[in-house]
Amino acid sequence: MSETALIKIDQITKIYQMGHVQVTALDGISLSVQTGEFLAIMGPSGSGKSTLMNILGCLDRPTTGTYLLDGEDISRMSRDQLARIRNRKVGFIFQSYHLLAQATAIQNVLMPIVYRRNGHVSTKDRMELAHNILNSVGLVDRDQHKPTEMSGGQQQRVAIARALINSPALILADEPTGNLDSHSGLEIMEILQNLHSQGRTIVMITHDARNAAFAERIIHLQDGKISEDNHNSVLPIPMTEGGLS
Amino acid sequence: MKLSELLHIAWEGISRNKLRALLTMLGVIIGVAAVIIMIAISAGTEATIAENIQNLGTNLLFVTQGMGAQMISRSAGMNTSFLSYDDAQAISESISGVSGVVVERDISELIKYGSTSIDSVSVIGTTPSYPQVRDVAQDSGRFITQNDINNSAKVVVLGYNTAQTLFGDQDPVGEKIYVGDVKLTVVGVMDKKGVVGSTDFDERVYIPLTLMFEKYTFSPFARIMGDPVGTILVQVANLDEMEKVTTQIQILLAKRHETTVDELPFTVRTQEDIIATQASTTAAFRDLLAWVAAVSLVVGGIGIMNIMLVSVTERTREIGIRQATGATPGDIRGQFLTEALLLSLTGGLIGVIVGIGGAWLFSEIGDMRTVVLPNSILLAFISAAIVGVFFGFYPANTAAKLDPIEALRHE
Repeated sequence: MSETALIKIDQITKIYQMGHVQVTALDGISLSVQTGEFLAIMGPSGSGKSTLMNILGCLDRPTTGTYLLDGEDISRMSRDQLARIRNRKVGFIFQSYHLLAQATAIQNVLMPIVYRRNGHVSTKDRMELAHNILNSVGLVDRDQHKPTEMSGGQQQRVAIARALINSPALILADEPTGNLDSHSGLEIMEILQNLHSQGRTIVMITHDARNAAFAERIIHLQDGKISEDNHNSVLPIPMTEGGLS
Repeated sequence: MKLSELLHIAWEGISRNKLRALLTMLGVIIGVAAVIIMIAISAGTEATIAENIQNLGTNLLFVTQGMGAQMISRSAGMNTSFLSYDDAQAISESISGVSGVVVERDISELIKYGSTSIDSVSVIGTTPSYPQVRDVAQDSGRFITQNDINNSAKVVVLGYNTAQTLFGDQDPVGEKIYVGDVKLTVVGVMDKKGVVGSTDFDERVYIPLTLMFEKYTFSPFARIMGDPVGTILVQVANLDEMEKVTTQIQILLAKRHETTVDELPFTVRTQEDIIATQASTTAAFRDLLAWVAAVSLVVGGIGIMNIMLVSVTERTREIGIRQATGATPGDIRGQFLTEALLLSLTGGLIGVIVGIGGAWLFSEIGDMRTVVLPNSILLAFISAAIVGVFFGFYPANTAAKLDPIEALRHE
């Protein structure tokens, strides 16, 4: 374990006030994720997966406890600061892609750059960068297509390209294959595995054990706590479609 | 975030629903157009007043038949008093500080010379001091003399344009023309004076007042009433004495017509009073437009606010996506404010075009002088911008305050 910890969570809780009832979504979780790690978070619904994902993605703050992302304490940041951290350090991949329907593939990919505060990139360089990233996720000649003109698998590739455009420290994937058929899902998982092999840090939430099998470490959540934390012993898995279906 | 990017995103937002955007802008369009037309009318009126005062001088008093309630009751009792030539002479003879008195009785007639005729010419029956009091110079020949008055001479003096139309380059003096059914000898032509208020001096023709009574306005009734004159103009030598002379005229006329000053069926007004009356009609219209402008801008603003709130709700998921990829609350607020501003300014631009067109229409069809001031266009744009920012702020702030997690979940 010589790598530096990209994510360092210490005893975080998340408590929601639902009328007069307090619901504890996260109940004292501590977790470290090293740079370059590929982590899968599993657990039944209501186990706190989504809450943990929201906090890891800096969309929400923990009620108590601390969260260091790339050395920065997220726990007490303002909404503005959180937005900037998301922009610089986090790339999201959502189950339902979350692309802007009226924008072209390349416009969708460029969106995080628009909100970038530092490091101005000229329009020409941006277009080239976005184009290259789209190519790297296997989308050739689709720059000007709108989401409605693309298959689910293609849309998710656009979303992955968008997650990569600002070179974030962390890629957060929330059920990335949940809306896809198994063939497209496998292709998406191969892209994620490929990114992992390039040294990217990936945290993926999934309820699908076959997807989790791509990760090198799997944690299980149960009632807002980590119930299991295993290194994946079956790696490397066979990368054939037959092995997954 | 660069301005061009903000504008681009805002434009994308608006252009997604062009008809809705246009309807939303309607209030602002009407408001801005009303602002421009209002100021154009106001500026046109002011320019006219300024010219009038300059052209007419300020030392004239207009004695006219009053239009008060007592006039109506007097008419009913057939005990009506009318201004007469004798009144004018009395004013001239017995009031000090008066440097000239002129009587004007006007009718409209067809005039004809050879095969050339002009319809509806303003024929003024008047007295010799007209050129002095009205400040019109003689171009050629002479004006009406006291001798012409005494003899009801069949002579006519032409306004400059009327002479040009009838005679061209030919000298009209000595020629005979028909004014109505009566053949008159042209004895003079007046110099150019131009249009003052609603009066075009160059289109008028002048005849002796007594000729007017005998040949044009003659009726037994008129004769019994002492041959009413339309207007008596009194020129006051000293501007400081305007009020004093006004009072003296009122007292004199009251005595002559056996009534009191309060019940006098005549009004004595300065030119400024008359111009002010003209101006007040346009002012009333202008005030109405000012209200239309204000109400339209507010209604337009509410329309923008309404449509922006709808837009925020419709695009909640988009807002969530933008927040997830790094848009700060300020970025989101900026995006929707820019959109509201773009709506109101586009509305403002269309409004300016409509306003300029409207001002032109008012002057062409409405016979109302309008001057579109560059400042009014600036003012209209600023009003539109203020409306956009003011009414766009609440929706933009609503968008900025959305929780990204909730927004992403929104269907």
